[in-house]
Amino acid sequence: MTTLTPTRRAWLDPVHRVATVGWASASAGAVCCVVVLVAVFAPWLAPHDPNAVDPLNALAPFSAEHPLGTDDLGRDLLSRLIAGTRAGLAGPLLVVLASGVAGTALAVSAAWFGGWLDAVVSRVLDILFAFPGLVLAITVVAVFGTGFLAPVVALSIAFVPLVARVMRAAALRERSLPYVEALRVQGFSGRHICLRHLVPNLAPLLFVQAAIGFGYAMLDLASISFLGLGLQPPAADWGLMIANGQPSILAGAPQQSICAAVAVVVTVVSFTVVAERLATRFGGGR
Amino acid sequence: MRALLWFVGRKLAGVLMTVAVASLAIFAALYVAPGDPASLLAGGHQPSPDALARIRAQYHLDDPFAAQYWHWLSGVLSGNPGESMVLGEPVTALIGARVLNTALLVGYASVLILGIGVTGGIVSALGRRSLDVAITGTTTVLIAAPAFVAAIVLIWVFAIELAWFPVYGSGTGFADRIHHLTLPAVALSLSYLAYVTRVTRSEVRAAAEADHVAAAAARGLRRRTVLRRHVLRNAAPPVLAVSGVTVAGLFAGTAVAEQAFGVPGLGSLLVQSAARQDLAVVQVLALLLVAAFVLVNMLVDVVNAVLDPRLLRSGESA
Repeated sequence: MTTLTPTRRAWLDPVHRVATVGWASASAGAVCCVVVLVAVFAPWLAPHDPNAVDPLNALAPFSAEHPLGTDDLGRDLLSRLIAGTRAGLAGPLLVVLASGVAGTALAVSAAWFGGWLDAVVSRVLDILFAFPGLVLAITVVAVFGTGFLAPVVALSIAFVPLVARVMRAAALRERSLPYVEALRVQGFSGRHICLRHLVPNLAPLLFVQAAIGFGYAMLDLASISFLGLGLQPPAADWGLMIANGQPSILAGAPQQSICAAVAVVVTVVSFTVVAERLATRFGGGR
Repeated sequence: MRALLWFVGRKLAGVLMTVAVASLAIFAALYVAPGDPASLLAGGHQPSPDALARIRAQYHLDDPFAAQYWHWLSGVLSGNPGESMVLGEPVTALIGARVLNTALLVGYASVLILGIGVTGGIVSALGRRSLDVAITGTTTVLIAAPAFVAAIVLIWVFAIELAWFPVYGSGTGFADRIHHLTLPAVALSLSYLAYVTRVTRSEVRAAAEADHVAAAAARGLRRRTVLRRHVLRNAAPPVLAVSGVTVAGLFAGTAVAEQAFGVPGLGSLLVQSAARQDLAVVQVLALLLVAAFVLVNMLVDVVNAVLDPRLLRSGESA
């Protein structure tokens, strides 16, 4: 009740919101914000050069100098984790953007024109569905070579059917609504109706799809770098760090793998929790 | 029965078409790639003119595209898919030496997923509340454990600290192989297992709350009969569908599990060949994995249709 009175303090507003959101979503949201900020300000936040080698200090445990210890070449793990946020977020972001645009374009044109175009698009999507994303990614890497871009392109292709299937169903629903017919009677072109009305109305659903896909894309990309098919050493990348740290586990120094694994899991879980929250808020979802 | 045969036939046609299109896409990948297909097939390094000529002849690279594709496909179908130029071995020999490990790994992981996942879900849905809380809590954590994370944690705890299991390799003899494959199978199945547990739990819950179950109990049927005939039977199709999809997904997942534990299998061969740009091997393996994925999905659809004949009539099943 008191929150509605004019005397309420504006700075308390976020606190009230957090209280209604629940602690799980709130902390997930906080983690997401922190990770994004770290990615933006990575070069200024890292206490050391992430690629500075110090063989005399290899596999050092936690200390004030190296809060998370060092890896097998004596590189500071905290700095490498921080540097790794950039590739870690940029990859999934590109995947959801590319698959979102391509998937929506396919879905809306299939739903709008119907007929043979719809049939062809649906068949192609069904067949794409049969490609496990990881196999597709590995094949594309075999053709184009390892690096940042090849896995991103491959995953974008693998995500298109997931986006397009949901968007096509939604576009079909939207198309049958009276406002579309009303616009058509007024003489607006199909392109105008699609771009100015249909797609904007589908935008919240697309946003939710992208948010949910973000976590999965991040996991898949981390798997690919773990397999050694993504960014190559000495790049600071979480999946790569997990794989590179594996021999050190045998030497009794699991910190590199464990820190990077925790970073991946916490980030993915946080982004997914926030995405699920958005999905229930905006409807649609799954 | 006729409806079922018709259903199987339709599904089989779909599988064949998907695999055919997949094979075309996989073969065409050679032409999307920058550079000369012959040197790509040779592994992208500096091949000798002699080796290039051999590849040109083997793949009929001087023929039109359709003829090349046909030669490759008929080679694959007749069990002679060519030779890895990088390793200097026939692709069939490379696959033959590794297929058993992958089959064992996928089988082991499936048993874990179906055995523990489904049992856990049923116990969680029908058992004591404390058990339910424990199982739900555990699965919440495990669902977020991707195979590569599970792998390093398992290596750290069970192979190094406790030294219960070997770290690398595949072992010899059946018992030794199972011993070697335990950690990879657990790593591969953990998040799927948790997911199947959750799905089973919610499906069994939903089935147990149906009115006809209360009616059956009110008629005085034994609890065991009610559970078996009315609850579990109704919960089975969705659980089976989900488990089937996860088992199909295991084929792709073997890449991570085998690579992490140094198990020589098809998945690790695919990864290593991709890193070497050994396209001759990658093409065949990718096609195999896609075919396995599609086939398992089809089997699940058919078993589901047997369990729930209503699916036979619907044009499209999930």
